[in-house]
Formats: sequence, C-alpha cells, structure tokens
Amino acid sequence: MCLAIPALVTAVLPDAQAKISLDGVVKTISVALVADVVPGDYVIVHVGHALSKIDPEEAERTLALIAEIGTGHSNAEVAA
Amino acid sequence: MKYVDEYRDGARAAEIAEAIAREVRPDRSYAFMEFCGGHTHAISRYGIEDLLPANVRMIHGPGCPVCVLPVGRIDDAIRLARRPEVTLVTYGDLMRVPSSKGGSLLKAKAAGADIRMVYSSLDAVKIAEKEPDREVVFFAIGFETTTPPTAVALKIAMEKGLENFSIFCNHVLTPVAMRTILDTPAAPGEPPIAIEGFVGPAHVSTIIGMEPYREFAEQYRKPVVIAGFEPLDVMQAILMLIRQVNEQRAEVENQYIRAVTRAGNVTAQTLCEDVFELRDEFEWRGLGVVPKSALKLRDAFAFYDAEKRFAVETVAAADNPACECGPILRGQKKPADCRLFGTACTPETPMGACMVSSEGACAAHWTYGRFREHQKGAEKAPLRRAS
Repeated sequence: MCLAIPALVTAVLPDAQAKISLDGVVKTISVALVADVVPGDYVIVHVGHALSKIDPEEAERTLALIAEIGTGHSNAEVAA
Repeated sequence: MKYVDEYRDGARAAEIAEAIAREVRPDRSYAFMEFCGGHTHAISRYGIEDLLPANVRMIHGPGCPVCVLPVGRIDDAIRLARRPEVTLVTYGDLMRVPSSKGGSLLKAKAAGADIRMVYSSLDAVKIAEKEPDREVVFFAIGFETTTPPTAVALKIAMEKGLENFSIFCNHVLTPVAMRTILDTPAAPGEPPIAIEGFVGPAHVSTIIGMEPYREFAEQYRKPVVIAGFEPLDVMQAILMLIRQVNEQRAEVENQYIRAVTRAGNVTAQTLCEDVFELRDEFEWRGLGVVPKSALKLRDAFAFYDAEKRFAVETVAAADNPACECGPILRGQKKPADCRLFGTACTPETPMGACMVSSEGACAAHWTYGRFREHQKGAEKAPLRRAS
C-alpha cells in the first residue's frame, strides 16, 4: 500500500481532482493535499491522493550527485 | 517512465557500491534500520544487500502499516463487518491478515459479510453516497501518508451531509515507533538491537518533513537519511549514513530532495491537526502497547467515529505463539529465523502479518531473498559491475 511511483498529471478536474497517467494507465485522483497542480507535473500518489509534487530540478540534482559518486568525489551537497 | 528508470540504473548502483566498499572501515561493522516497508521491499527486490560489504547490515523495521496492526483490531473490523447493516470498506492489503481463531476479512467476506476493497479513501465516500441505506465504515489504517487521505474523505463526507459514513481509525505515527525501537531493551535471551542510523521513510516524510527526525540525531545521536524508494536512492542513502558514522556526525539529511521538503506538506499537516488527536495508547504488533503512538478522531467529529457509533471494545488477542513477527518487526530476528517461515507460513497462507503485505520483511524475503539462504556461511561474492 506504500509502493507508489510518480505519476504524470494529464488534466486538472473540478472538485480538487486530476487525471493522471501511469505509463498509459489513466486514473482520477484527488489533489486536495497539493496546491497548484498543472498538467505536466509529476506527483507522488498514495491511495488515490497526490501527496507531493516532484521537483524536476532537485530530481536532476540527485542524479548528478549519484553520477558524482561514481567519479570518486565525495563532496555531495545535501540538505542537512 | 519518468523519475523511475533513471533511479534504477544498474551501472550507477555498482558505482555507488564501489564507493561504499571504499569508504567503509574494515575494522568495524555498520547496522542501519530501514524503518519503512517500501525500503524493505526495494532492498529485497533489487538485491541491494548483495551490493553491500559484509560489514554493512540492514535491519528491517516495523514501517509496514498492515504488519503492525494488532490482531485485536482485525477482530474488531470483522465484528463490524458482520453487522447486517454495515458495509466495511478497506484497502486490499488488509484482506488476508490473520485474525484470532484463524479468520480474516477475506474469510468473513466469503461467509457473507459485506466487505469491499477500495483503492482510495474517496471510494468509501462514493459507496456511502450511492447506498444511503447501508452503514459504510471505512477501515482506516496507515502511517502519516494515509492519514491525510482519511481526513480528506471525512471532510468530503461532511460536505455531502452523509450520515451513513464513519471511520474506524487506526492511524499510527512513525517517529513514536522509531523512538520505541530505540528505547526498548532487548528481552532476555534476545540479541540487543544495535541500530547506528536510520534510512528515513520516503512518503511519510513528504507529509511530515524533516523536523520530526531531529530528536533522533540530537538526543539519540543516530543519523537519519530520508530516502526515496528507488534502488539508487536507497544505495545513496546508505552511503550517506556510512559517511555520517565515519565522520561521527548525527544529522538529519534528505536524499529524497525531489519530493521531500524541510517543512513537509503543510496543507496535509493542518488538515490532520484539525481532524485527529493523539490516543493515550495503542497496541502495535511487535512493539506492544505504545503511549501516544496513534490517532483518533477529535470529539468534534465523534459522529463519524465508528468506534463510538458501534461501541467498539477492542479485546487484545495473542499472535500465533510460533510466529516471530514481533522480534522481526523490532529488528531482533530475521524472517528465516522463524520456524514457520516458508513451511506453514507463505504469502499464500500467511500466519503472521509480516508475510501478508508485500512490504513485510517476511514476504520480501520469501519473494526475493530465499536464494541467499543457500549462500549462508559462504563468502559474499565479489562486486561485479552490472553490465
């Protein structure tokens, strides 16, 4: 019940709802808990509710940090 | 698939594994607890333990809501469902959890009780709206991730004026459980738990943020690294924990920066604060009765509280005495240490809750980890770069 993956918001509906697509599987979910969702956003969905938005810049930064580990540097900057 | 495949890159995982192997000190061992069942599942599914040096041990924690729900509350739910006027609405994971006397919600449904599985808390509201002559009870369970969705459902039911909707609330709190694990001395004859740091939950943290973990860093001197659920997230978090231990730091760090903010989801926190309050105490499978570890509806919402509406009186019931779910949930034993594991207890016929949910330590080990038993005593295979 906790295994959720990011889902793409394809349409915002009335009553704090949105349509999401998970690799083509389309569902309607609640976005009552997340402000300002727009089509194109990726959201973490849990039991039919969006819990948070994925920040694309931070997602890139994580991948950059992981790539850096491979080069043997250890100057990872994280939010501490 | 965006934001998934990039974090499942085997070559990158091998690079992190090499960095971990470089940075661990050979003269000491490391033991970290991944609190959350989502991480337990990822560690088993992607074979992360095989990528770690022999002196880095991952201890599986109790962060699986299905696994920690005590037998008595499943019994309560079955009693509610057997009432002729009640439709019990539940998340699917709960259907096969053993109750006392060998029952389960699935067996109660087969025997005629009106029990329905839903994906979302809002589906429960829809059923109440469509069937006004049924008393619809939503079996609400879970940590801080599923609590706000329950609150949203309650608010919508109130807006719609649905008087036939109520909530059987079993929501529990992550930080309290973490504290309980650290504070509980090992029982006589059981090995002590030597946790040196935590992989912090991913989705729980999207809601509660980073602040609630500060006490573990500051008072217990245990590093916490909040991590995403993908294998590279977990690997990176383990490396960050090793670095903290090596540098004798104890801080709350956030590896899952793409989804977790320092403050968390304030909208959800405010909503939950409005709807729920702390229970004096709540029983957890594996941890026993823990004070102020769970939530109930505030008095203002008493009308929607199924425990009040149907006068639920929970009777504590013992687990199967042979089942080792308790010590496994506390990180003191491993699934294979249980004599029921893989014989009487499998995902098809679970004896204990750790085998029911795919996030449970036993189910994860059964599905992905059993081959490792054959390697017991053997040296760990040398690291190979994934091709």
